[in-house]
Amino acid sequence: MDAGILTQQLLNGLTIGAMYALIALGYTMVYGIIELINFAHGDVFMVGSFVTLWLLSTIGVQNTVNDPVALVGLLILMFAFSMVVMGLVGVLIERFAYRPLRRAPRLAPLITAIGVSFILQNIIQVLYGTAYFNVPQVIDPLAGFSFKLPSFAIGGFAVTSSLVTVTWVHVFIVVLAVAMMVALQVFVRRTNLGRAMRSTAIDREAAQLMGVDINTTIALTFFIGSALAGAAGVAWTLNYGLTKFDNGFQAGLKSFTAAVLGGIGNTTGAAIGGFLIAFIEVFSSQLGYSRWSEAIVFTILILVLVFKPTGILGQQVAERA
Amino acid sequence: MNIPFGPRSAAGPTGVTTADATAALPSGVSSGTTPLLKLTEVVASYGAIQALRGVSLEVRHGEIVTMLGSNGAGKSTTLRTISGLMHPRSGRIELDGHDITEVPAHKLVRQGIGHAPEGRHIFNRLTVLENLQMGAYSRRDRSAVNADFDRVFGLFPRLRERRDQSAGTLSGGEQQMLAIGRALMARPKLLLLDEPSMGLSPVLVEQIFSIIRDINSQGTTILLVEQNAQMALQVASRGYILQTGQIVLADSAEALAGNEEVKKAYLGT
Repeated sequence: MDAGILTQQLLNGLTIGAMYALIALGYTMVYGIIELINFAHGDVFMVGSFVTLWLLSTIGVQNTVNDPVALVGLLILMFAFSMVVMGLVGVLIERFAYRPLRRAPRLAPLITAIGVSFILQNIIQVLYGTAYFNVPQVIDPLAGFSFKLPSFAIGGFAVTSSLVTVTWVHVFIVVLAVAMMVALQVFVRRTNLGRAMRSTAIDREAAQLMGVDINTTIALTFFIGSALAGAAGVAWTLNYGLTKFDNGFQAGLKSFTAAVLGGIGNTTGAAIGGFLIAFIEVFSSQLGYSRWSEAIVFTILILVLVFKPTGILGQQVAERA
Repeated sequence: MNIPFGPRSAAGPTGVTTADATAALPSGVSSGTTPLLKLTEVVASYGAIQALRGVSLEVRHGEIVTMLGSNGAGKSTTLRTISGLMHPRSGRIELDGHDITEVPAHKLVRQGIGHAPEGRHIFNRLTVLENLQMGAYSRRDRSAVNADFDRVFGLFPRLRERRDQSAGTLSGGEQQMLAIGRALMARPKLLLLDEPSMGLSPVLVEQIFSIIRDINSQGTTILLVEQNAQMALQVASRGYILQTGQIVLADSAEALAGNEEVKKAYLGT
């Protein structure tokens, strides 16, 4: 057995999982507050990567940035720009596509969400075409450090270790994603607005009676969820240096599965689900089933929906006495 | 319990007595010139179904007024139109002389309407304390809010014991206390209570009604909707009988309690 490869895959899974988790948070927050599976959410993530591409080409960044001060400044700009733009896109989508249907039967906004997904993909197709686009990787994707785990044997069972590489990009993405998730938790648990969001999710009318403007609160939820998807879009370009108009579809479906696996409506669950789905994906690839990794992920989705639809941390909604 | 729990603006029941046409105002209670709440010919409907067919009523500063009627008579609908959860088709609602007919619910809280809705509607996945914090959502006067937590916990000691517990785990009576306490956290001038005794044991009903009296004596005007007509008429000074969306009788609580038809229909005697 090679402990090195195992560790390496675990680290890869952590990076991919961080991005899935960021996207999954948007699914779960929106579902929590208006019970809508926002199928356009994966595409918001995809547009976020194109917004980053546009930003870099507009300010003329074509390569890795080596000056640390310039790099930090550029990263802040990239994330702030993508998060704000995508946050506003999310607010606009809610305002014009979903809000008019708030009292409609559930199927109507669901189909509208699929429509919005197509609209976002088509806008990018018109602007950028259907090919893969190279996005400059501003952090050197190869920079990092390597280490070797000790080799040992227990009885006749030998554990070897090949070189494990940790890149700064991976470290950066994981640390940033975790920081954002912690910040989100603090916001949702500890602030007035966060309480208003949770209250609106639980009982919209009662929240109104407390003085909560639910339109603003729902818009805020879309802003935050979409901004996190925008951040994931930037992270994606840092990690892969590539994007394509239909990138949001697969990443979106996997993140959605992550949200369901963690327990839809539960933000902690979405984060856990994101990492779990990524681990499942990388290890199934490692075992030689990379072509099956998507089938495996969706099999999990089906199994969760059949056997534990509330997911890992699903809300056991207490009955009103 | 003698903690002042008046509304935010000092419009409490100070003893300005004026002669008034309204039947049986309790003595010592100010009527003022404008009633705190006034509904004029309010018509409301759910889609095609008309729920209110021209309801007119008044609640004066410092009163407890009760609204009685059978299921589906439109009691809850009346409260919902007052608190802005729904808006009337026609008619007019005034709070302290200001037209609030079209004001949405979340803005009315700031104008002094508190509504503890039917079925409690507490936030079950929030803790007791968080529910009360939500009650104070519209307020920015932090130190006064903190003092009000203590006042609510003074009224409902059970809630203090369970402050960090998720509200969904409370018993029915405790949830009702939380719903009332939460509404009080906004320091309403007018408190709308919808069926506060529903589903509670007789002992708890007594307790809730005595607290309703306390809240009123601390300066909050109350409009009370009840199935338990007997208890409601004991605490209220006046009452309205609602039948299929119309007020069919309005009188002092005493007179209503003695009215033969009311007795037969609502008091079961």
